[in-house]
Amino acid sequence: MLHPAYGVWGGDGAGRAAHDDLSPSLSLNSFGRGAGTGYIAAPVADVIKHDVVILGGGGAGLRAAIAVAELNPKLSVAIVSKVYPMRSHTVSAEGGAGAVIKGNDSFDAHASDTIRGSDWMADQDAVELFVKDAPKQLIQLEHWGCPWNREPDGHIAVRPFGGMKIERTWFAADKTGFHLLHTLFQTSLKYEQIKRYDEWFATKLIVEDGRCTGLTAIEMRTGLLRCLAAKAVILCTGGAGRIFPFTTNGAIKTGDGMSLAYRAGVALKDLEFVQYHPTGLPGNGILITEAARGEGGILINKHGRRYLQDYNLGKPLDVHDPKHPQKNTMELGPRDKLSQCFVHEREKGNTIEGRYGDVVHLDVRHLGEKKINKKIPFVRELCKNYVGIDPVHELIPVRPVVHYMMGGIHTTLDGATSLAGLYAAGECACVSINGANRLGSNSLAEILVFGARAGASAARYAAEGATPKNSAAIETQFADEQQRIAREYISKEGGTHRVADLRLQMNHAMENGAGIYRNESSLRQTGQTLAHLQESFRDVRLEDRSLCFNTELIAVLELGCMLDIAEALAHCALARTESRGSHQRTDFPKRDDMQFLKHSLAYHRRDGTPRVDYLDVVITRWPPGERVYGDT
Amino acid sequence: MRKPYWREISSTWYLSSWPYRWFMVREMTSVFIGAYLVLLVMWLFRLAAGAQSFEQMLVAMRSPLSVVFHAIVLAAALYHSITWFNLTPKVMPVRIGEERLPDPLVAIGMGYLPWVVLSALVVWGVLR
Amino acid sequence: MADQHITLSVFRYRPGDDVDPVFQDYQVPYHDDWVVLDALNWIKESVDGTLAYRWSCRMGVCGSCGMMVNGKPLLSCAAFLRDYYPEPIRVEPLTNFPVERDLIITLDGFLEKLKSVKPWVIRDDVNGTDSEFLQTPAQLSRFKQYSMCINCMLCYAACPVVGLEPKFVGPAALALGLRYNLDSRDHGNAERQSVLGSDEGAMSCTFVGECTTVCPKNVDPAGAVQQEKVASVNDWYASVLMPWGRR
Repeated sequence: MLHPAYGVWGGDGAGRAAHDDLSPSLSLNSFGRGAGTGYIAAPVADVIKHDVVILGGGGAGLRAAIAVAELNPKLSVAIVSKVYPMRSHTVSAEGGAGAVIKGNDSFDAHASDTIRGSDWMADQDAVELFVKDAPKQLIQLEHWGCPWNREPDGHIAVRPFGGMKIERTWFAADKTGFHLLHTLFQTSLKYEQIKRYDEWFATKLIVEDGRCTGLTAIEMRTGLLRCLAAKAVILCTGGAGRIFPFTTNGAIKTGDGMSLAYRAGVALKDLEFVQYHPTGLPGNGILITEAARGEGGILINKHGRRYLQDYNLGKPLDVHDPKHPQKNTMELGPRDKLSQCFVHEREKGNTIEGRYGDVVHLDVRHLGEKKINKKIPFVRELCKNYVGIDPVHELIPVRPVVHYMMGGIHTTLDGATSLAGLYAAGECACVSINGANRLGSNSLAEILVFGARAGASAARYAAEGATPKNSAAIETQFADEQQRIAREYISKEGGTHRVADLRLQMNHAMENGAGIYRNESSLRQTGQTLAHLQESFRDVRLEDRSLCFNTELIAVLELGCMLDIAEALAHCALARTESRGSHQRTDFPKRDDMQFLKHSLAYHRRDGTPRVDYLDVVITRWPPGERVYGDT
Repeated sequence: MRKPYWREISSTWYLSSWPYRWFMVREMTSVFIGAYLVLLVMWLFRLAAGAQSFEQMLVAMRSPLSVVFHAIVLAAALYHSITWFNLTPKVMPVRIGEERLPDPLVAIGMGYLPWVVLSALVVWGVLR
Repeated sequence: MADQHITLSVFRYRPGDDVDPVFQDYQVPYHDDWVVLDALNWIKESVDGTLAYRWSCRMGVCGSCGMMVNGKPLLSCAAFLRDYYPEPIRVEPLTNFPVERDLIITLDGFLEKLKSVKPWVIRDDVNGTDSEFLQTPAQLSRFKQYSMCINCMLCYAACPVVGLEPKFVGPAALALGLRYNLDSRDHGNAERQSVLGSDEGAMSCTFVGECTTVCPKNVDPAGAVQQEKVASVNDWYASVLMPWGRR
């Protein structure tokens, strides 16, 4: 029998032979488990120190890390992520990233589209900053190798996208997020000072004297709780779409970072604003990019009618008209409105019954095979694989699915939170540039702009700021967290509820009560269910008590995070008695600028229910107006 | 605790799937082609050594064993050539502007067509 | 369709509990639009919470869920039960990697190899935000295919050389090296040559071609490696015949 040689494949690089015991030399019972007298953890003295610790290895996290390394090469940077960076959910973004680059465009136009799209909830100073920085960030990505689509003369190509009067969406076929993420990940490899802790799941932020000085994380492959101490921490952990049952989001979008900040006393802003993407595949919720409509795809109901024309979204042009698709009208309207139209069509009985509920159809047949293969090849692949249809010849069944959370950790324009030393960027943060509804292709630009800004400000803070004084405090909190994980999870016997059951109940409560259309009683009902689930959560059953790669434990911890976010969301939605953007109340159908031109802030309380407060929206040059689409 | 488990690789790994088996056959063809080259060298020596020596070789090559050997070598050479031509487009992709010429076209143009043309020339030269 | 089942025979390995791996059978409800990943999720959520495996996007773009399904390397989110039903399905971790736990492999070595080919744009003015480097659609199409790799490592499981020669850089890493070499904006061919053209680089490849067959994204790593072989040979000739100039 041949034996494979060791060395390069060795898990820890030391190239040990098979069957070597790689556990640290601590006493373990014969099964190496944590059950019994005590959860075995890494020695407390083993605190890892870095200048900047970034939690999350997606677009925002990688961009922040590179920003730190570029600004101040002497700083040591850590990227801690519960998955390898190339698995981060940025990878599944498809359509493109928006930035002003063409002669017919202007910063004011991009800002105005964004602010209008946000239903005037976006902070206009943040938007003005964002639109000016976005082109620079995207050009920097281009320099780093991102394979943007080009015009024949070699310049960047752009395509139309929803809610934008002028086309400005840069794209890389229909896998923009994939290319962006891999470009960032591969570029990050050239910086020796960036150290990665892959498959480490963060459980708590360390806070002392009103300052965030690190975090504790489970090293998944050993199961041990570890501690990283830092002068600055940046949270880039993404959104929490998985609190809903139908979502484009992958398994990992469970709001971990949001929850960590929330529990540390930082406010979560605008949580009630959840974006439903109008075109997800029924059943699994897989995203069919807006680019399909940007290239000319149309939405039709049971009767073959382009139903959007019935909802003040403009007049449909013939699909072969050279001016189709007309920007800012019909299928290129904003996502919140398109998703709401679906609900109305369903009420009228105009939707098509499918195996997984009602759908409408996305028709791209008129684009032709050549254009589909060139501009939206991934859409074709996904349809063939997961629905068994070829969009070149057949209609794609689609329905609105949860896609993005406009809300998140409340930050300044520089990504700083109210907790000194703690920063946040990306979907987990809320600056806010997206307000009550995000325009497609603004998110990929956002993670770069604010990832870089948060990285830069964290780098400055780490360079200027003093080293945390009280290392004993870190060690105490580390030890306490070890005990807590052991006590509440690993060593705890019994338990009644399976993780999946609780999660499903949460999903149903959210979809039924806090979906596209909400009202007071549905939200109260949801709030009650969630409170009940928080109770049940204390009695969750953990079948897997092992240490090495205990994915069930991670699922339990993620559920805990999701319940926090869900509860805060429901309460904020209940408190906002108006309709704006993606938050639609059937009992308060009008927008109320007098009372609610404000962001909601949710603060964690001991008893679980959040305290809701408000913060004025920053208005500079665009006074609130009517959100009109349908005429360019 | 960690204890990564190494699965051993069998010394007959190439028998575990048809693609691996055919890969081995393809690689083994080089042995037969190599053997035939040795034979060709022997032919040359015999040729240099004179007509009688050459005649002896000719007679020996008519034996049943030799015929079987030559049949195998021919099959090997054919398989070797066909797989080579089919893989050529991967080694030397031909691009025109944005498009890449389809692999079969390149295989024909760089492999099969010259093969047929050269073979025709050889046959014509021999039969003339 | 009611009450149809399919058997999944899953590789289990619990370090500390198991000295050697075992196969555990599960009866999973059969749905014609389920993939192996759906079946694994059903097992974990309803029957056996101790089953450990990686997954995330469930749409074939994150590369987490590579496994051996009936001996073939596949993404479990793209392997449909209907292609196997009613026969049982054997699920194992990717070949040629050490197994951390159940279906989870250790990929440290893979990441080191990826880094060794210097997969970033190498040029002096790489940091800049004034205007884009021009690149025609034709120039983009030269390397586009090789940029589609999702790092799923199915190619490493399919390649016998990876198993027999652990130092072999491997299909995905070599394809990524070519991706940058062919990118008109990059000037780093010379810097990558020492890895790509080395014995552990392209030269260890024997063109089995299975890597390309199993690649779910049509990256064609086999083709990439062969092109690197040609480029390496040309590079060697250039260095011998024209030792004064280096591109």
